[in-house]
Amino acid sequence: MIQNVFWFLTFLAIISACMVVFSRNPIHSVLYLIITFFALSGHYLLLNAQFLAVVNIIVYAGAIMVLFLFVIMFLNLRRETEVQKPIAVKFAAVISGLILLAVLLGALLKADIQPGSEVDSQIGLVENLGKVLFSDFLLPFELASVLFLVAMVGAIMLGKRDPGEPTI
Amino acid sequence: MEVPDVIKTIPLNWYIFFATFLFCIGVVGVLIRRNALIVLMCVELMLNAVNLLFTSFSAYRSDPQGQIFVFFIMVVAAAEVSVGLAIIVMLYRNLKSVDVGILNKLKW
Repeated sequence: MIQNVFWFLTFLAIISACMVVFSRNPIHSVLYLIITFFALSGHYLLLNAQFLAVVNIIVYAGAIMVLFLFVIMFLNLRRETEVQKPIAVKFAAVISGLILLAVLLGALLKADIQPGSEVDSQIGLVENLGKVLFSDFLLPFELASVLFLVAMVGAIMLGKRDPGEPTI
Repeated sequence: MEVPDVIKTIPLNWYIFFATFLFCIGVVGVLIRRNALIVLMCVELMLNAVNLLFTSFSAYRSDPQGQIFVFFIMVVAAAEVSVGLAIIVMLYRNLKSVDVGILNKLKW
């Protein structure tokens, strides 16, 4: 049963990830990417990491993908006007991706990866993660807020229109 | 302490291979597409492959630090996307295109 769920989510994620890369319409790419994120959230639920599953849906599928959709519709990229790379370049890119896959898989097959001896299924819950986050990782957590502030100011600076600049 | 079913039935290697596949799909996407938005989405795909790897190791080894790292990766990804999309909007305003092939002024 659990294996069927695992394989279903895995194939859903891989197929929709391929569709992100190969679909012509950017909006379809965004929608397939959302499907990928939901499949990954399902994987997080299987791994008993409920907090990450919820955050993945809220942050990725919710906020980031809405931002992408907003920009696509803002720039009116519905039309399929993308200039395609030459077929030789695409072929070389796919070949090099497959070579990267082969190298990584070869290295990982040789690796001696052992799961931990005792398993505590409760680490992914909000309570335990919160304790770790606010004790061991308090400084990075506060720095993340500074990072957000910088990103916010940077996005506004970049997006602001200078006087005299033409409108879209 | 109850062990989740997936840890008993699915070996950790399968998660590692799955994350590797997703990462390579993201790399191929960055290489073959010229639309800057799709390139950014493929970067997100790669980040998510790494997130899945962190989470699976964290769950199999019962170490919460991996999941904290995933949390920070999501934070950085959100900041990166907001700045990246602002840059793309600015490019579109100046060049009327989001084609990364035009941006070759710094090419050697």
